[in-house]
Amino acid sequence: MKPGIKGIAVNTFRESARNKMFYLLVFFGILFALSSKLVSFLTLGDAMKVLKDTGLAAINFFCVLIAVFTGINLVYKEIERKTVFNILSKPVSRDEFIVGKFLGLALTMLTALGAMAVIFFAFVALNGGGFDLGILLYFFMLYLELLVIVAVSLLFSSFTTPILAFIFTVSLYLIGHVMWTYNEFKNYLAIPLWRIFTQALYYLLPNLAKFNIKNEVVLGTALDPWSILFSVLYALAYVLALLALTVLIFRRREFQ
Amino acid sequence: MKALEIKGLKKSFRSNFLIKKFHILKGIDLEVEKGEIYGFLGPNGAGKTTTIKCIMGLLSPDAGEVLIDGEPAATVKARQRIGFLPENPYFYDYLTAREFLLFSASLFNIPEKEARDKVAALIHRVGLSGHEDLKLRKFSKGMIQRLGLAQALVNDPDLLILDEPFSGLDPVGRKDLRTLILSLREQGKTVFFSSHILQDMELMVDRVGIILDGAIRRQGRLSEMIAHSTQYHEVVCDRISEKALARIQANFALRDGQFILTLASDADVNLVVESIIHNSGRILAVHPVKMTLEDIFFSEMTGGSYGVPTSRSNGTGEPRRPATGGKP
Ligand SMILES: Nc1ncnc2c1ncn2[C@@H]1O[C@H](COP(=O)(O)OP(=O)(O)OP(=O)(O)O)[C@@H](O)[C@H]1O
Ligand SMILES: [Mg+2]
Repeated sequence: MKPGIKGIAVNTFRESARNKMFYLLVFFGILFALSSKLVSFLTLGDAMKVLKDTGLAAINFFCVLIAVFTGINLVYKEIERKTVFNILSKPVSRDEFIVGKFLGLALTMLTALGAMAVIFFAFVALNGGGFDLGILLYFFMLYLELLVIVAVSLLFSSFTTPILAFIFTVSLYLIGHVMWTYNEFKNYLAIPLWRIFTQALYYLLPNLAKFNIKNEVVLGTALDPWSILFSVLYALAYVLALLALTVLIFRRREFQ
Repeated sequence: MKALEIKGLKKSFRSNFLIKKFHILKGIDLEVEKGEIYGFLGPNGAGKTTTIKCIMGLLSPDAGEVLIDGEPAATVKARQRIGFLPENPYFYDYLTAREFLLFSASLFNIPEKEARDKVAALIHRVGLSGHEDLKLRKFSKGMIQRLGLAQALVNDPDLLILDEPFSGLDPVGRKDLRTLILSLREQGKTVFFSSHILQDMELMVDRVGIILDGAIRRQGRLSEMIAHSTQYHEVVCDRISEKALARIQANFALRDGQFILTLASDADVNLVVESIIHNSGRILAVHPVKMTLEDIFFSEMTGGSYGVPTSRSNGTGEPRRPATGGKP
Protein backbone atom coordinates (compact mmCIF):
# COMPACT_ATOMS: atom_id res chain seq x y z
CA MET A 1 0.00 0.00 0.00
CA LYS A 2 1.17 3.51 -0.71
CA PRO A 3 2.60 5.04 2.48
CA GLY A 4 0.37 8.07 2.18
CA ILE A 5 -2.78 6.00 2.03
CA LYS A 6 -1.77 4.01 5.06
CA GLY A 7 -0.83 7.10 7.07
CA ILE A 8 -4.11 8.82 6.27
CA ALA A 9 -6.15 5.68 6.98
CA VAL A 10 -4.50 5.19 10.35
CA ASN A 11 -4.95 8.84 11.25
CA THR A 12 -8.61 8.77 10.20
CA PHE A 13 -9.18 5.75 12.38
CA ARG A 14 -7.40 7.49 15.23
CA GLU A 15 -9.61 10.52 14.83
CA SER A 16 -12.76 8.42 15.29
CA ALA A 17 -11.19 6.40 18.06
CA ARG A 18 -10.49 9.60 20.01
CA ASN A 19 -13.99 10.94 19.57
CA LYS A 20 -16.33 10.61 22.53
CA MET A 21 -19.35 10.51 20.23
CA PHE A 22 -18.05 7.32 18.68
CA TYR A 23 -17.91 5.54 22.03
CA LEU A 24 -21.29 6.87 22.99
CA LEU A 25 -22.90 5.44 19.88
CA VAL A 26 -21.14 2.10 20.26
CA PHE A 27 -22.23 2.06 23.89
CA PHE A 28 -25.84 2.76 23.04
CA GLY A 29 -25.76 0.18 20.27
CA ILE A 30 -24.69 -2.43 22.81
CA LEU A 31 -27.17 -1.18 25.41
CA PHE A 32 -30.09 -1.41 23.01
CA ALA A 33 -28.95 -4.77 21.73
CA LEU A 34 -28.90 -6.10 25.28
CA SER A 35 -32.27 -4.59 26.06
CA SER A 36 -33.70 -7.00 23.51
CA LYS A 37 -33.85 -9.29 26.53
CA LEU A 38 -36.58 -7.06 27.94
CA VAL A 39 -38.47 -7.12 24.69
CA SER A 40 -38.30 -10.88 24.63
CA PHE A 41 -39.99 -10.99 28.04
CA LEU A 42 -42.76 -8.76 26.90
CA THR A 43 -43.63 -10.46 23.66
CA LEU A 44 -45.16 -13.82 22.96
CA GLY A 45 -43.44 -16.40 20.88
CA ASP A 46 -39.95 -17.85 20.65
CA ALA A 47 -37.92 -15.74 23.11
CA MET A 48 -34.59 -16.46 21.35
CA LYS A 49 -36.00 -15.35 18.00
CA VAL A 50 -37.29 -12.10 19.44
CA LEU A 51 -33.97 -11.53 21.17
CA LYS A 52 -32.02 -11.98 17.95
CA ASP A 53 -34.49 -10.00 15.92
CA THR A 54 -34.51 -6.89 18.09
CA GLY A 55 -30.84 -7.18 19.05
CA LEU A 56 -29.68 -7.25 15.45
CA ALA A 57 -32.01 -4.41 14.55
CA ALA A 58 -30.47 -2.26 17.31
CA ILE A 59 -26.93 -3.04 16.17
CA ASN A 60 -27.90 -2.29 12.60
CA PHE A 61 -29.42 1.05 13.52
CA PHE A 62 -26.47 2.29 15.54
CA CYS A 63 -23.87 1.10 13.05
CA VAL A 64 -25.65 2.97 10.26
CA LEU A 65 -25.77 6.02 12.50
CA ILE A 66 -22.03 5.83 13.16
CA ALA A 67 -21.29 5.31 9.47
CA VAL A 68 -23.32 8.33 8.42
CA PHE A 69 -22.01 10.63 11.13
CA THR A 70 -18.35 9.81 10.78
CA GLY A 71 -18.59 9.71 6.98
CA ILE A 72 -20.25 13.09 6.44
CA ASN A 73 -17.83 14.96 8.67
CA LEU A 74 -14.44 13.63 7.78
CA VAL A 75 -13.46 15.26 4.52
CA TYR A 76 -15.50 18.36 5.23
CA LYS A 77 -13.70 18.94 8.50
CA GLU A 78 -10.28 18.55 6.89
CA ILE A 79 -11.16 21.20 4.32
CA GLU A 80 -12.91 23.52 6.74
CA ARG A 81 -10.08 23.45 9.25
CA LYS A 82 -7.48 23.49 6.49
CA THR A 83 -5.71 20.43 7.81
CA VAL A 84 -5.97 19.17 4.25
CA PHE A 85 -3.32 21.75 3.29
CA ASN A 86 -0.82 19.81 5.31
CA ILE A 87 -1.59 16.55 3.64
CA LEU A 88 -1.85 17.78 0.07
CA SER A 89 1.39 19.74 0.36
CA LYS A 90 3.16 16.47 1.07
CA PRO A 91 3.82 13.89 -1.63
CA VAL A 92 0.28 12.55 -1.41
CA SER A 93 -2.08 12.68 -4.36
CA ARG A 94 -5.69 13.66 -3.95
CA ASP A 95 -6.72 10.16 -4.99
CA GLU A 96 -4.63 8.69 -2.22
CA PHE A 97 -6.21 11.09 0.24
CA ILE A 98 -9.73 9.91 -0.61
CA VAL A 99 -8.79 6.24 -0.62
CA GLY A 100 -6.98 6.67 2.70
CA LYS A 101 -10.02 8.37 4.21
CA PHE A 102 -12.25 5.56 3.00
CA LEU A 103 -10.01 2.83 4.38
CA GLY A 104 -9.79 4.64 7.70
CA LEU A 105 -13.57 4.78 7.85
CA ALA A 106 -13.82 1.13 6.89
CA LEU A 107 -11.48 0.30 9.77
CA THR A 108 -13.55 2.44 12.12
CA MET A 109 -16.73 0.61 11.14
CA LEU A 110 -15.02 -2.74 11.49
CA THR A 111 -14.08 -1.85 15.05
CA ALA A 112 -17.53 -0.57 15.96
CA LEU A 113 -19.34 -3.51 14.42
CA GLY A 114 -16.75 -5.94 15.75
CA ALA A 115 -17.19 -4.72 19.32
CA MET A 116 -20.97 -4.94 19.10
CA ALA A 117 -20.84 -8.35 17.41
CA VAL A 118 -18.55 -9.93 20.01
CA ILE A 119 -20.75 -8.72 22.84
CA PHE A 120 -23.89 -9.85 21.07
CA PHE A 121 -22.51 -13.36 20.51
CA ALA A 122 -21.62 -13.59 24.18
CA PHE A 123 -25.06 -12.34 25.09
CA VAL A 124 -26.81 -14.93 22.92
CA ALA A 125 -24.67 -17.65 24.47
CA LEU A 126 -25.54 -16.44 27.97
CA ASN A 127 -29.18 -16.74 27.10
CA GLY A 128 -28.77 -20.35 26.10
CA GLY A 129 -28.40 -19.87 22.36
CA GLY A 130 -25.60 -21.61 20.49
CA PHE A 131 -23.17 -20.05 18.03
CA ASP A 132 -25.18 -19.10 14.98
CA LEU A 133 -23.26 -18.96 11.72
CA GLY A 134 -26.24 -17.12 10.22
CA ILE A 135 -25.67 -14.20 12.57
CA LEU A 136 -22.02 -14.00 11.56
CA LEU A 137 -23.17 -13.87 7.97
CA TYR A 138 -25.66 -11.19 8.93
CA PHE A 139 -22.86 -9.05 10.37
CA PHE A 140 -20.76 -9.60 7.29
CA MET A 141 -23.58 -8.41 5.04
CA LEU A 142 -24.23 -5.48 7.36
CA TYR A 143 -20.56 -4.55 7.04
CA LEU A 144 -20.89 -4.51 3.25
CA GLU A 145 -23.85 -2.20 3.57
CA LEU A 146 -21.90 0.05 5.94
CA LEU A 147 -19.09 0.29 3.40
CA VAL A 148 -21.56 1.48 0.79
CA ILE A 149 -23.03 4.03 3.21
CA VAL A 150 -19.59 5.27 4.17
CA ALA A 151 -18.65 5.68 0.51
CA VAL A 152 -21.90 7.56 -0.15
CA SER A 153 -21.34 9.94 2.75
CA LEU A 154 -17.72 10.43 1.74
CA LEU A 155 -18.87 11.42 -1.74
CA PHE A 156 -21.29 14.04 -0.42
CA SER A 157 -18.83 15.20 2.19
CA SER A 158 -16.32 16.03 -0.54
CA PHE A 159 -18.47 18.78 -1.99
CA THR A 160 -21.25 19.84 0.39
CA THR A 161 -21.72 20.81 4.01
CA PRO A 162 -22.33 18.15 6.66
CA ILE A 163 -26.02 19.05 6.94
CA LEU A 164 -26.68 18.61 3.24
CA ALA A 165 -24.48 15.53 3.16
CA PHE A 166 -26.52 14.13 6.04
CA ILE A 167 -29.82 14.77 4.28
CA PHE A 168 -28.56 13.28 1.00
CA THR A 169 -27.03 10.24 2.64
CA VAL A 170 -30.05 9.46 4.77
CA SER A 171 -32.37 9.95 1.78
CA LEU A 172 -30.28 7.59 -0.26
CA TYR A 173 -30.28 5.11 2.60
CA LEU A 174 -34.06 5.18 2.88
CA ILE A 175 -34.51 4.94 -0.87
CA GLY A 176 -32.03 2.09 -0.88
CA HIS A 177 -34.28 0.16 1.45
CA VAL A 178 -37.52 0.56 -0.42
CA MET A 179 -36.07 -0.15 -3.85
CA TRP A 180 -37.52 -3.61 -3.98
CA THR A 181 -41.04 -2.16 -4.04
CA TYR A 182 -40.20 -0.56 -7.34
CA ASN A 183 -40.31 -3.75 -9.33
CA GLU A 184 -43.80 -4.37 -8.05
CA PHE A 185 -45.31 -1.17 -9.25
CA LYS A 186 -43.29 -0.36 -12.33
CA ASN A 187 -45.80 -2.10 -14.57
CA TYR A 188 -48.40 0.42 -13.54
CA LEU A 189 -46.37 3.33 -14.85
CA ALA A 190 -48.17 4.51 -17.94
CA ILE A 191 -45.73 6.86 -19.62
CA PRO A 192 -42.83 4.93 -21.18
CA LEU A 193 -40.35 7.75 -20.75
CA TRP A 194 -41.05 7.90 -17.06
CA ARG A 195 -40.62 4.18 -16.93
CA ILE A 196 -37.21 4.37 -18.57
CA PHE A 197 -36.22 7.11 -16.18
CA THR A 198 -37.24 5.21 -13.09
CA GLN A 199 -35.68 2.06 -14.46
CA ALA A 200 -32.39 3.94 -14.82
CA LEU A 201 -32.69 5.24 -11.27
CA TYR A 202 -33.37 1.72 -10.09
CA TYR A 203 -30.02 0.57 -11.39
CA LEU A 204 -28.19 3.70 -10.31
CA LEU A 205 -29.29 3.95 -6.70
CA PRO A 206 -27.85 1.55 -4.17
CA ASN A 207 -30.09 -1.41 -3.48
CA LEU A 208 -29.30 -1.67 0.21
CA ALA A 209 -32.19 -4.01 0.99
CA LYS A 210 -30.12 -6.73 -0.66
CA PHE A 211 -27.77 -6.69 2.31
CA ASN A 212 -30.40 -7.16 4.96
CA ILE A 213 -30.75 -10.87 5.62
CA LYS A 214 -32.12 -10.56 9.13
CA ASN A 215 -35.41 -12.32 8.48
CA GLU A 216 -33.74 -15.29 6.88
CA VAL A 217 -31.19 -15.52 9.69
CA VAL A 218 -33.67 -15.18 12.55
CA LEU A 219 -36.28 -17.47 11.05
CA GLY A 220 -33.60 -19.89 9.91
CA THR A 221 -34.75 -20.08 6.30
CA ALA A 222 -32.24 -21.14 3.69
CA LEU A 223 -30.06 -18.50 2.07
CA ASP A 224 -29.10 -18.61 -1.55
CA PRO A 225 -25.28 -18.63 -1.71
CA TRP A 226 -25.37 -17.17 -5.22
CA SER A 227 -27.39 -14.25 -4.07
CA ILE A 228 -24.88 -13.67 -1.25
CA LEU A 229 -22.00 -13.80 -3.69
CA PHE A 230 -23.84 -11.40 -5.94
CA SER A 231 -24.31 -9.00 -3.03
CA VAL A 232 -20.60 -9.08 -2.26
CA LEU A 233 -19.71 -8.24 -5.84
CA TYR A 234 -22.43 -5.62 -5.95
CA ALA A 235 -21.06 -3.92 -2.83
CA LEU A 236 -17.50 -3.94 -4.19
CA ALA A 237 -18.55 -2.53 -7.54
CA TYR A 238 -20.72 0.09 -5.94
CA VAL A 239 -18.03 1.23 -3.52
CA LEU A 240 -15.44 1.42 -6.29
CA ALA A 241 -17.78 3.46 -8.46
CA LEU A 242 -18.52 5.86 -5.61
CA LEU A 243 -14.83 6.25 -4.78
CA ALA A 244 -14.03 6.93 -8.42
CA LEU A 245 -16.70 9.62 -8.53
CA THR A 246 -15.45 11.15 -5.28
CA VAL A 247 -11.90 11.21 -6.59
CA LEU A 248 -13.04 12.90 -9.81
CA ILE A 249 -14.79 15.61 -7.83
CA PHE A 250 -11.97 15.99 -5.35
CA ARG A 251 -9.29 16.30 -8.03
CA ARG A 252 -10.95 19.42 -9.36
CA ARG A 253 -11.47 21.02 -6.00
CA GLU A 254 -9.77 24.23 -5.04
CA PHE A 255 -8.81 24.99 -1.48
CA GLN A 256 -9.37 28.60 -0.58
CA MET B 1 18.35 26.41 -12.68
CA LYS B 2 16.10 28.36 -10.36
CA ALA B 3 14.84 26.86 -7.14
CA LEU B 4 11.46 28.42 -7.84
CA GLU B 5 10.23 30.19 -10.90
CA ILE B 6 6.83 31.72 -11.46
CA LYS B 7 5.89 32.99 -14.90
CA GLY B 8 2.81 35.00 -15.74
CA LEU B 9 0.74 33.51 -12.94
CA LYS B 10 -2.88 34.60 -13.06
CA LYS B 11 -5.74 33.69 -10.81
CA SER B 12 -9.26 34.93 -10.48
CA PHE B 13 -12.12 34.03 -8.20
CA ARG B 14 -15.74 34.07 -9.08
CA SER B 15 -18.30 35.57 -6.78
CA ASN B 16 -20.99 33.37 -5.32
CA PHE B 17 -23.40 33.75 -8.19
CA LEU B 18 -20.74 33.14 -10.82
CA ILE B 19 -21.42 36.55 -12.22
CA LYS B 20 -18.48 38.69 -11.36
CA LYS B 21 -14.86 37.69 -11.69
CA PHE B 22 -12.29 39.07 -9.30
CA HIS B 23 -8.82 39.13 -10.77
CA ILE B 24 -6.59 38.54 -7.80
CA LEU B 25 -3.27 37.66 -9.41
CA LYS B 26 -2.62 39.67 -12.52
CA GLY B 27 0.50 38.02 -13.84
CA ILE B 28 3.07 37.23 -11.19
CA ASP B 29 6.67 36.78 -12.33
CA LEU B 30 9.36 35.93 -9.89
CA GLU B 31 12.46 33.83 -9.52
CA VAL B 32 14.09 32.42 -6.47
CA GLU B 33 17.73 31.38 -6.76
CA LYS B 34 19.05 28.25 -5.14
CA GLY B 35 20.31 28.72 -1.64
CA GLU B 36 18.88 32.14 -1.01
CA ILE B 37 16.37 33.56 1.41
CA TYR B 38 13.63 35.27 -0.52
CA GLY B 39 11.23 37.63 1.18
CA PHE B 40 7.79 37.93 -0.35
CA LEU B 41 6.45 41.22 0.80
CA GLY B 42 3.11 42.86 0.33
CA PRO B 43 0.23 44.47 2.17
CA ASN B 44 -2.88 42.60 3.29
CA GLY B 45 -4.87 41.27 0.40
CA ALA B 46 -2.07 41.75 -2.14
CA GLY B 47 -2.21 38.09 -3.13
CA LYS B 48 0.66 36.49 -1.24
CA THR B 49 -1.32 33.57 0.11
CA THR B 50 -3.05 33.08 -3.22
CA THR B 51 0.35 32.91 -4.96
CA ILE B 52 1.65 30.42 -2.40
CA LYS B 53 -1.44 28.24 -2.77
CA CYS B 54 -0.87 28.18 -6.50
CA ILE B 55 2.72 27.07 -5.90
CA MET B 56 1.50 24.25 -3.68
CA GLY B 57 -1.22 23.21 -6.09
CA LEU B 58 -4.01 23.94 -3.64
CA LEU B 59 -5.40 26.36 -6.19
CA SER B 60 -5.13 25.87 -9.91
CA PRO B 61 -3.98 28.97 -11.78
CA ASP B 62 -5.94 30.43 -14.68
CA ALA B 63 -2.73 31.03 -16.60
CA GLY B 64 1.01 30.91 -16.17
CA GLU B 65 3.31 28.33 -14.72
CA VAL B 66 5.13 27.49 -11.55
CA LEU B 67 8.41 25.60 -11.80
CA ILE B 68 10.47 24.09 -9.05
CA ASP B 69 13.95 23.07 -10.17
CA GLY B 70 12.64 23.52 -13.69
CA GLU B 71 9.84 20.98 -13.23
CA PRO B 72 6.13 21.71 -12.81
CA ALA B 73 5.45 22.37 -9.13
CA ALA B 74 2.05 20.84 -8.59
CA THR B 75 3.15 17.23 -8.74
CA VAL B 76 3.56 14.57 -6.10
CA LYS B 77 7.21 14.24 -7.05
CA ALA B 78 7.97 17.93 -6.64
CA ARG B 79 6.37 17.96 -3.20
CA GLN B 80 8.82 15.31 -2.04
CA ARG B 81 11.49 18.02 -1.73
CA ILE B 82 9.35 20.90 -0.42
CA GLY B 83 8.45 21.93 3.08
CA PHE B 84 5.33 24.05 3.45
CA LEU B 85 3.95 26.09 6.31
CA PRO B 86 0.44 27.40 5.62
CA GLU B 87 -0.84 30.73 6.88
CA ASN B 88 -2.46 30.41 10.32
CA PRO B 89 -1.94 26.67 10.41
CA TYR B 90 -4.28 24.36 12.22
CA PHE B 91 -3.45 20.79 13.00
CA TYR B 92 -5.46 17.86 14.30
CA ASP B 93 -6.22 18.79 17.87
CA TYR B 94 -6.66 15.19 18.96
CA LEU B 95 -3.01 14.37 18.28
CA THR B 96 0.05 15.14 20.34
CA ALA B 97 2.96 17.05 18.83
CA ARG B 98 4.98 13.88 18.46
CA GLU B 99 2.09 11.94 16.90
CA PHE B 100 1.45 14.71 14.46
CA LEU B 101 5.07 14.91 13.34
CA LEU B 102 5.22 11.12 13.01
CA PHE B 103 2.09 11.27 10.88
CA SER B 104 3.70 13.95 8.71
CA ALA B 105 6.82 11.81 8.38
CA SER B 106 4.71 8.81 7.38
CA LEU B 107 3.37 10.78 4.42
CA PHE B 108 6.95 11.03 3.17
CA ASN B 109 7.46 7.31 3.60
CA ILE B 110 10.18 7.86 6.17
CA PRO B 111 10.80 4.58 8.00
CA GLU B 112 9.35 4.46 11.50
CA LYS B 113 12.61 4.27 13.40
CA GLU B 114 14.33 7.00 11.46
CA ALA B 115 11.20 9.13 11.79
CA ARG B 116 11.26 8.80 15.59
CA ASP B 117 14.81 10.12 15.84
CA LYS B 118 14.10 12.87 13.36
CA VAL B 119 10.95 13.98 15.16
CA ALA B 120 12.73 14.10 18.51
CA ALA B 121 15.47 16.27 16.99
CA LEU B 122 12.95 18.55 15.28
CA ILE B 123 10.95 19.09 18.46
CA HIS B 124 14.14 20.23 20.09
CA ARG B 125 15.13 22.37 17.13
CA VAL B 126 11.90 24.40 17.11
CA GLY B 127 11.93 24.76 20.88
CA LEU B 128 9.04 22.53 21.81
CA SER B 129 10.96 20.20 24.11
CA GLY B 130 8.83 19.15 27.03
CA HIS B 131 5.61 19.54 25.07
CA GLU B 132 5.96 16.57 22.75
CA ASP B 133 3.19 14.59 24.42
CA LEU B 134 0.75 17.43 24.89
CA LYS B 135 -2.46 17.32 22.84
CA LEU B 136 -2.44 20.03 20.19
CA ARG B 137 -5.73 21.46 21.42
CA LYS B 138 -3.75 22.69 24.40
CA PHE B 139 -1.12 24.42 22.25
CA SER B 140 -0.82 28.19 22.12
CA LYS B 141 -0.67 30.02 18.81
CA GLY B 142 3.08 30.42 18.93
CA MET B 143 3.54 26.76 19.77
CA ILE B 144 1.38 25.77 16.82
CA GLN B 145 3.49 28.00 14.62
CA ARG B 146 6.65 26.27 15.85
CA LEU B 147 5.09 22.89 15.28
CA GLY B 148 4.12 24.01 11.79
CA LEU B 149 7.73 24.78 11.14
CA ALA B 150 8.79 21.38 12.42
CA GLN B 151 6.37 19.59 10.11
CA ALA B 152 7.70 21.62 7.19
CA LEU B 153 11.20 20.39 7.99
CA VAL B 154 10.36 16.75 8.52
CA ASN B 155 11.51 15.67 5.05
CA ASP B 156 14.68 17.75 5.18
CA PRO B 157 13.43 19.76 2.17
CA ASP B 158 15.54 21.67 -0.34
CA LEU B 159 12.93 24.39 -0.68
CA LEU B 160 10.85 25.85 2.12
CA ILE B 161 7.71 27.79 1.41
CA LEU B 162 6.53 29.61 4.50
CA ASP B 163 3.39 31.75 4.58
CA GLU B 164 3.82 34.30 7.35
CA PRO B 165 6.04 32.18 9.56
CA PHE B 166 6.57 35.05 11.99
CA SER B 167 2.93 35.59 12.81
CA GLY B 168 2.00 34.66 16.34
CA LEU B 169 5.58 34.54 17.57
CA ASP B 170 6.88 36.59 20.46
CA PRO B 171 10.22 38.44 20.14
CA VAL B 172 12.17 35.43 21.38
CA GLY B 173 10.30 33.20 18.97
CA ARG B 174 11.01 35.58 16.12
CA LYS B 175 14.67 35.63 16.89
CA ASP B 176 14.74 31.84 17.10
CA LEU B 177 13.01 31.65 13.75
CA ARG B 178 15.46 34.05 12.16
CA THR B 179 18.35 32.00 13.46
CA LEU B 180 16.70 28.85 12.17
CA ILE B 181 16.08 30.27 8.71
CA LEU B 182 19.67 31.52 8.53
CA SER B 183 20.94 28.10 9.56
CA LEU B 184 18.84 26.58 6.79
CA ARG B 185 20.57 28.81 4.28
CA GLU B 186 23.90 27.69 5.68
CA GLN B 187 22.83 24.14 4.93
CA GLY B 188 22.27 25.22 1.34
CA LYS B 189 18.49 25.29 1.47
CA THR B 190 16.27 27.78 -0.26
CA VAL B 191 13.71 29.65 1.80
CA PHE B 192 10.78 31.54 0.33
CA PHE B 193 8.64 33.29 2.89
CA SER B 194 6.00 35.96 3.11
CA SER B 195 5.86 38.39 5.95
CA HIS B 196 4.58 41.73 7.10
CA ILE B 197 7.29 42.23 9.62
CA LEU B 198 9.80 44.29 7.75
CA GLN B 199 12.43 44.26 10.44
CA ASP B 200 12.56 40.50 10.43
CA MET B 201 12.86 40.47 6.70
CA GLU B 202 15.48 43.16 6.54
CA LEU B 203 17.68 41.29 8.95
CA MET B 204 18.03 38.20 6.85
CA VAL B 205 16.70 38.13 3.31
CA ASP B 206 18.95 38.06 0.28
CA ARG B 207 16.30 39.22 -2.10
CA VAL B 208 12.80 40.57 -1.86
CA GLY B 209 9.84 40.68 -4.16
CA ILE B 210 7.23 43.29 -3.45
CA ILE B 211 3.74 42.32 -4.50
CA LEU B 212 1.02 44.91 -4.74
CA ASP B 213 -2.47 44.34 -5.97
CA GLY B 214 -1.67 41.02 -7.62
CA ALA B 215 1.51 41.98 -9.44
CA ILE B 216 5.19 42.09 -8.54
CA ARG B 217 6.24 45.72 -8.33
CA ARG B 218 9.87 45.27 -7.48
CA GLN B 219 12.22 42.41 -7.17
CA GLY B 220 15.86 42.42 -6.38
CA ARG B 221 18.72 42.08 -3.96
CA LEU B 222 17.90 43.80 -0.77
CA SER B 223 21.44 45.18 -0.49
CA GLU B 224 21.18 46.76 -3.94
CA MET B 225 17.73 48.14 -3.33
CA ILE B 226 18.90 49.77 -0.18
CA ALA B 227 22.22 51.01 -1.60
CA HIS B 228 20.56 52.55 -4.62
CA SER B 229 17.99 54.25 -2.57
CA THR B 230 18.54 57.85 -1.65
CA GLN B 231 20.47 58.55 1.46
CA TYR B 232 19.91 61.60 3.50
CA HIS B 233 21.39 63.10 6.63
CA GLU B 234 19.87 63.95 9.85
CA VAL B 235 21.32 66.62 12.07
CA VAL B 236 20.04 67.05 15.59
CA CYS B 237 20.85 70.22 17.50
CA ASP B 238 19.45 72.32 20.29
CA ARG B 239 19.41 75.66 18.54
CA ILE B 240 19.68 77.06 15.02
CA SER B 241 19.29 80.54 13.61
CA GLU B 242 16.44 81.49 11.34
CA LYS B 243 18.95 82.75 8.83
CA ALA B 244 20.75 79.49 8.57
CA LEU B 245 17.48 77.69 8.22
CA ALA B 246 16.44 79.85 5.37
CA ARG B 247 19.69 79.20 3.50
CA ILE B 248 19.52 75.45 3.41
CA GLN B 249 17.20 73.03 1.80
CA ALA B 250 16.00 71.18 4.86
CA ASN B 251 12.89 69.88 6.45
CA PHE B 252 12.93 70.31 10.11
CA ALA B 253 10.96 69.11 13.04
CA LEU B 254 10.99 70.19 16.63
CA ARG B 255 10.86 67.44 19.19
CA ASP B 256 11.50 67.72 22.92
CA GLY B 257 13.16 71.07 22.39
CA GLN B 258 15.53 69.65 19.79
CA PHE B 259 15.68 70.54 16.16
CA ILE B 260 15.83 67.62 13.79
CA LEU B 261 16.99 68.68 10.35
CA THR B 262 16.69 66.40 7.40
CA LEU B 263 19.15 67.20 4.64
CA ALA B 264 18.83 65.83 1.15
CA SER B 265 22.30 66.80 0.03
CA ASP B 266 25.38 65.88 2.00
CA ALA B 267 26.99 69.13 0.93
CA ASP B 268 24.55 70.90 3.22
CA VAL B 269 25.78 69.02 6.25
CA ASN B 270 28.93 71.05 6.72
CA LEU B 271 27.05 74.25 6.14
CA VAL B 272 24.45 73.48 8.72
CA VAL B 273 26.93 72.25 11.27
CA GLU B 274 29.03 75.38 10.81
CA SER B 275 26.13 77.73 11.26
CA ILE B 276 24.94 75.90 14.34
CA ILE B 277 28.34 76.17 15.94
CA HIS B 278 28.54 79.78 14.83
CA ASN B 279 25.36 80.50 16.76
CA SER B 280 26.80 78.72 19.79
CA GLY B 281 24.34 75.93 19.38
CA ARG B 282 25.15 72.40 20.37
CA ILE B 283 25.30 69.52 17.88
CA LEU B 284 23.60 66.51 19.38
CA ALA B 285 23.87 64.12 16.49
CA VAL B 286 24.69 63.83 12.84
CA HIS B 287 23.80 60.66 11.05
CA PRO B 288 23.45 59.48 7.51
CA VAL B 289 20.19 57.63 7.03
CA LYS B 290 19.89 54.83 4.56
CA MET B 291 16.59 53.80 3.10
CA THR B 292 15.13 50.93 4.97
CA LEU B 293 13.03 48.20 3.49
CA GLU B 294 10.15 49.96 5.13
CA ASP B 295 10.82 53.10 3.15
CA ILE B 296 11.02 51.16 -0.07
CA PHE B 297 7.85 49.32 0.80
CA PHE B 298 5.90 52.45 1.56
CA SER B 299 7.16 54.33 -1.42
CA GLU B 300 6.01 51.43 -3.62
CA MET B 301 2.68 51.40 -1.92
CA THR B 302 2.04 55.07 -2.35
CA GLY B 303 3.26 54.87 -5.91
CA GLY B 304 5.77 57.64 -5.30
CA SER B 305 9.48 57.63 -5.92
CA TYR B 306 11.70 57.86 -2.92
CA GLY B 307 12.51 61.22 -1.66
CA VAL B 308 13.49 62.60 1.62
CA PRO B 309 10.76 61.72 4.02
CA THR B 310 9.22 64.75 5.63
CA SER B 311 9.44 63.35 9.11
CA ARG B 312 11.25 60.28 10.30
CA SER B 313 9.52 57.40 11.91
CA ASN B 314 10.43 57.58 15.54
CA GLY B 315 12.10 54.24 15.89
CA THR B 316 9.12 52.42 17.30
CA GLY B 317 8.57 50.96 13.89
CA GLU B 318 5.17 52.45 13.42
CA PRO B 319 4.41 53.32 9.83
CA ARG B 320 4.75 56.90 8.83
CA ARG B 321 1.77 56.82 6.57
CA PRO B 322 -0.83 55.01 8.55
CA ALA B 323 -3.48 55.30 5.85
CA THR B 324 -1.80 52.61 3.79
CA GLY B 325 -2.16 50.08 6.56
CA GLY B 326 -0.18 46.95 7.12
CA LYS B 327 -0.13 44.35 9.83
CA PRO B 328 2.07 45.53 12.66
N1 LIG C 1 -12.03 32.57 -2.50
C1 LIG C 1 -11.91 33.86 -2.76
N2 LIG C 1 -12.89 34.50 -3.43
C2 LIG C 1 -12.78 35.82 -3.69
N3 LIG C 1 -11.73 36.56 -3.34
C3 LIG C 1 -10.73 35.96 -2.67
C4 LIG C 1 -10.76 34.59 -2.35
N4 LIG C 1 -9.63 34.29 -1.69
C5 LIG C 1 -8.92 35.43 -1.61
N5 LIG C 1 -9.59 36.44 -2.20
C6 LIG C 1 -9.12 37.81 -2.31
O1 LIG C 1 -7.85 37.79 -2.88
C7 LIG C 1 -7.06 38.85 -2.36
C8 LIG C 1 -5.72 38.30 -1.97
O2 LIG C 1 -5.84 37.43 -0.88
P1 LIG C 1 -4.58 36.75 -0.22
O3 LIG C 1 -5.08 35.88 0.87
O4 LIG C 1 -3.75 36.13 -1.27
O5 LIG C 1 -3.82 38.01 0.38
P2 LIG C 1 -2.49 38.07 1.22
O6 LIG C 1 -1.51 38.86 0.43
O7 LIG C 1 -2.07 36.73 1.66
O8 LIG C 1 -2.97 38.93 2.46
P3 LIG C 1 -2.60 38.81 4.01
O9 LIG C 1 -1.37 39.60 4.20
O10 LIG C 1 -3.76 39.45 4.69
O11 LIG C 1 -2.45 37.38 4.36
C9 LIG C 1 -7.85 39.45 -1.23
O12 LIG C 1 -8.36 40.67 -1.67
C10 LIG C 1 -8.96 38.49 -0.98
O13 LIG C 1 -10.13 39.17 -0.62
MG1 LIG D 1 -1.87 35.80 3.40
